[in-house]
Amino acid sequence: MNTPQIQEDEQTHIDAFNSRISAGQTIEPKDWMPQKYRKQLLRMMSQHAHSEVVGMLPEGNWLTRAPSLMRKAVLLAKIQDEAGHGLYIYSGAETLGTDRAEMIDQLLTGKAKYASIFNYPTLNWADMGAVGWLVDGAAIVNQTALAKCSYGPYSRAMIRICKEENFHSKQGYQIMAHMMRGTKEQQEMAQDAVNRFWWPVLMMFGPSDSDSPNSDDLMKWKVKLYSNDDLRQRFIDRTVPQAEAIGIKIPDDKLKWNPTTRHYEFGEINFDELKSVITGNGPCNKLRMKQRNDAHKNGAWVREAAVAYAEKKAKA
Amino acid sequence: MSTKENWPAWEVFTQQKNGAPHEHAGNVHAPDAEMALLNARDVYGRRQEAINIWVVPSVAITASTPEDMGPFFDPGNDKMYRWPNYYKTPEGIKQI
Repeated sequence: MNTPQIQEDEQTHIDAFNSRISAGQTIEPKDWMPQKYRKQLLRMMSQHAHSEVVGMLPEGNWLTRAPSLMRKAVLLAKIQDEAGHGLYIYSGAETLGTDRAEMIDQLLTGKAKYASIFNYPTLNWADMGAVGWLVDGAAIVNQTALAKCSYGPYSRAMIRICKEENFHSKQGYQIMAHMMRGTKEQQEMAQDAVNRFWWPVLMMFGPSDSDSPNSDDLMKWKVKLYSNDDLRQRFIDRTVPQAEAIGIKIPDDKLKWNPTTRHYEFGEINFDELKSVITGNGPCNKLRMKQRNDAHKNGAWVREAAVAYAEKKAKA
Repeated sequence: MSTKENWPAWEVFTQQKNGAPHEHAGNVHAPDAEMALLNARDVYGRRQEAINIWVVPSVAITASTPEDMGPFFDPGNDKMYRWPNYYKTPEGIKQI
């Protein structure tokens, strides 16, 4: 085979792929796709799946101390959903050619990243409200956009997840609203939780567009349909009125409604903090990795027992 | 610790209500069919999305490929006479 022929074939594939993307078609696992598209998607999807899994840890912290049986049941249901979300996305990511065990191994050995927000501690019960309302609220904004992305398995996983995520956000907001109607101490706890989580939640949308190295390709391929800054703005616009309605103050002196643009203006985000947390220096990075590894180790007997049971039954 | 065991994948089909067809919901990993069914119930039936579930080993599925798409489905594409609206009905006939 001669090289120009291969290059020509490659170009034919690329042209066909690009025209499918611009026609708004969905790319499916067995379709031809550029190596870089596959690689970027695998990076995004595995990070996303890891985030769902690690996201169970800060909430698990409050399971034994939930203030009522009902709150405990709700929190358990939410955490179970997060495990399911991890599963949907791993399963979508596997279609790109890396199996789940490999991805989980990358998480456990610290090679893979997950959402920076889960490296912050959950210090009081109101944090369960703030996490549900704000963290899951931000995730909904992100995932609603991803539900329209060009890769079929990712898009379908997002549609499923968005349906369930609304419950997460609503139960969190209800916790906050409830506390804001409570004693002075409860109101202070709720406000304190928002003071600590607001800025890290805004960082969940990633670096500013001017400093987002992968964004151009991802937008071109319609993996991302909106930029980080657009999604961040959308989240702020819908969340501020929710805060006002229950008497929560957003910890940003520069926050104000601009009637001309019909958007909120807001203060500067400390992206150095985001970089520092992503590179391993957040308040809980080491703790989360240890918790995740311990959970995997402590669950080993369940996996072994499942295999032993299957083998025994196969013989019988 | 690094254990890379990967259980086989099972495709999950759920029937949402009586009389409805089973539809593909996603997949699960499990060491055998019985546990695949339990996992499928936990993952794809937590909110009354299913009254019946099938699990099928993913490797047992044979699928057409995207490259085949044109020629493979071609035999059906040029036979417009298979659609009822190919046929003109005489004026005045309301029902056929």
